[in-house]
Amino acid sequence: MKNWKTKNTNLKKKKKSEFNMKPTKYMNPYLAGFFLGLLLLLTIYITGRGLGASGAVKSGVVATVESVAPSHTESATFYKDYLNEHKEGPLKNWLVFEVIGVLIGAFLSGLISNRLNLSLEHSPKIQPRTRIIGAFIGGMLFALGAQFGRGCTSGAALSGMAVMSTGGIITMMAIFGGAYAFAYFFRKLWI
Amino acid sequence: MGPLVPDIIGNELNFVVALFVGIAFGFILEQAGFSTSKKLVGLFYGYDFTVLRVFFTGGVTAMMGVVAFAHFGLIDVNLIYINPTFIYSAIVGGVIMGLGFIIGGYCPGTSLVGAAIGKIDGWIFIAGSFLGVFIFAEGYPLFEGLFKAGFWGSPRLFETLGLSQSLYAFLLVFLAVFAFWITSLIENKVNGKPNPEFQPVKLYIGITGFALLIGLSAFILPDRKEALIDSVNDIEFIKAYTIKEMTADELAFRLIDKDKRIQIIDVRAPMEFHKFKLPKSVSLTKENLFEKDFAKLLTMNGKINIFLAENEITAKKAAVIADKLGYVDVRVLKGGLSGFRNTILNFQKPETEANRREADTFRFREKAKYLIPRLIEQNKESGAVKKTSKRVIGGC
Repeated sequence: MKNWKTKNTNLKKKKKSEFNMKPTKYMNPYLAGFFLGLLLLLTIYITGRGLGASGAVKSGVVATVESVAPSHTESATFYKDYLNEHKEGPLKNWLVFEVIGVLIGAFLSGLISNRLNLSLEHSPKIQPRTRIIGAFIGGMLFALGAQFGRGCTSGAALSGMAVMSTGGIITMMAIFGGAYAFAYFFRKLWI
Repeated sequence: MGPLVPDIIGNELNFVVALFVGIAFGFILEQAGFSTSKKLVGLFYGYDFTVLRVFFTGGVTAMMGVVAFAHFGLIDVNLIYINPTFIYSAIVGGVIMGLGFIIGGYCPGTSLVGAAIGKIDGWIFIAGSFLGVFIFAEGYPLFEGLFKAGFWGSPRLFETLGLSQSLYAFLLVFLAVFAFWITSLIENKVNGKPNPEFQPVKLYIGITGFALLIGLSAFILPDRKEALIDSVNDIEFIKAYTIKEMTADELAFRLIDKDKRIQIIDVRAPMEFHKFKLPKSVSLTKENLFEKDFAKLLTMNGKINIFLAENEITAKKAAVIADKLGYVDVRVLKGGLSGFRNTILNFQKPETEANRREADTFRFREKAKYLIPRLIEQNKESGAVKKTSKRVIGGC
């Protein structure tokens, strides 16, 4: 597992030759978890809601469909309901702002730990193309599932655990249980 | 009292909060190593349990924090978002997400983190997720039945399991510690490493000790709310407690005078309240005193909060709680509502001659007897206070 390939682009090569710095080690997982927990607690204390991610994708999809085919959003139930609940427009949404922050924060973290690197990561046993297809299908399924589950690993599982929500914790168990159940069939993708 | 949105932090400022929360969230996830799918799927093949460690520690820390905050009256749990439970779609959705996780190697949050530091697979995962939402949106008429089936409301897991909150919290902490231990054994086995000797690191012992201490305090100390409600059941304690009183005459005078400072807190059963209520009164229960909505009502500038019930002692119990919670200008109606009825509403002038001062009082009471029922009649429609704060809408 140590010999994972990263398909580098010119950008990375240039960087390597110029700086040749090794990425910093990752943070201790328990310490990172503790900070994550404090952040989640603070978020609940300030805003009354937890963290999230997939909701921003939903906003993005509604906004896109609304600008491409406005008549469709007026007739189809899903968009109609969504726009009714979000009178100020789909993009003026807490999670959209939060997700922009996530991109900035992760970028800053990558910057200070020397991990900024345009690359495609995959197991040595598969082709880059397989990884691309896998990532796309995986993203599609995850987002589809997040609609049913009313949240993803952040919004349903992690935040649900913090407020002890029955639904959130059941979704969490289904996510990890499901992944373990399917892991065997897709082992060639990873190990 | 939290949540601070929307009263202390406005809805617009909340978006700024969202941005900063996001920055911290992204930073922590990246530092933990969630930007690489290799580390994420390690959980499912046993070679790297970082995800479990970070995730479980985070969840337990936040949960303990929420319990402790609620316990010490820092947050109103009735106002925070509790993910609703739709049992079938929660399970179906979870399993689909599990499949997506194992094929895609990311989850939506981590794909963003990966993408931000240049992982092309992260960007592709995001592109895929747009299609996933689009499929759901377009197929919504088809999915709606399943999506809305099996609605259980928004229960919390300890309620569903029939446990006390503290027992549930402790079981979860125990489960987490057990999971950390067993997965480290598995991890070493899969990676062919020997199990290292137990090496306590001061920092983590400190952190764990701190977390346990907070949790333990919430476990052992009685809940502030329960303790207060319990304490007022002691009649001797209530009798000895000094709360300013207001006589029926003074109240009647202020009502006739249309004194704007008066605010009557009626702690009788809502049924009784609807049958008969004084002007400027609101109906509250003892529990309501702990809620954020009513906190707003009781802290209105310059108001005198007069607690009343059929008898004085019942009203005084609620007034003591309000006083202990730190509300100012809390008073109790002397003689209770029954006393008010006798002295004012059903006033009978005594036969015997009175001195001049008493005669004045009697004249006032006769006037009040005539005026106050009219005020009550005018105020019949008003007075009921509706809860204004709603639960925060959250979720993904």
